[in-house]
Amino acid sequence: MKLQRRALIKSLFTAAAVLAVPRFVFASRPDAAFDADNADSVVSDLFDGPITESDQIMLKVPDIAENGAVVPVTVSTDLADVEAISVMVENNPTPLVAMFELSPQSVPEISVRIKMGESSKVQTVVKAGGKYYSASKEVKVTIGGCGG
Amino acid sequence: MGKPIKIKAKIKGDVAEVKALMPHPMESGVRVDADTGEVVPKHYIEEVVCKHNGNVVNTAFWGTGVSKNPYMAFKFKGAKSGDKLEISWRDNTGDTSVKEITFK
Repeated sequence: MKLQRRALIKSLFTAAAVLAVPRFVFASRPDAAFDADNADSVVSDLFDGPITESDQIMLKVPDIAENGAVVPVTVSTDLADVEAISVMVENNPTPLVAMFELSPQSVPEISVRIKMGESSKVQTVVKAGGKYYSASKEVKVTIGGCGG
Repeated sequence: MGKPIKIKAKIKGDVAEVKALMPHPMESGVRVDADTGEVVPKHYIEEVVCKHNGNVVNTAFWGTGVSKNPYMAFKFKGAKSGDKLEISWRDNTGDTSVKEITFK
């Protein structure tokens, strides 16, 4: 009986370690978050703390995207100690589009071109000093781009 | 081997400004081929690693929502003329492409 309990406790610790590692060290791609089909799952998979809206994040994306296949996005921030910048499109089939891990040498400013299937909220989450901050913007898409 | 990456990089002060273009189909796995009527399988870049003199400055993890022929731009501090910049990607089929340049 005792042995079994010990084995159980040991396996629980192992499981906890396996679950904890990818959350704090994004050394490998967070595949589950990229496969998630709704924004809530992405958030719970990827961010292990509360997300605060911040006016220190500049999310540059057009108000109206004529071609949803190519929507330019630029995220920059005045926040210090930026570790990662993620970009999500709420209404896309898989909302998580990109996640950039930045070394301390990086300037927290990234640009990327993304696809949008339909009009949607575009959200960015910045991890800085171990905390999460976000900014978002509604983007109207005239021609969807997930098919092409 | 994937198609070559195109890199434009310049140094302003001690900040390197890098723009990279990566020719790649970035198939999302939901697009239907107009001729065959079949769904085109997923084929997209999952990971991009950017190194300055061998040190990683930026790792990008991507999903299928990044546009075809991806473009990315980023900046980092501490670069000077003669330094190396290497950008590499790996896609979901295991294909890769690597490009190294020297800052002017």
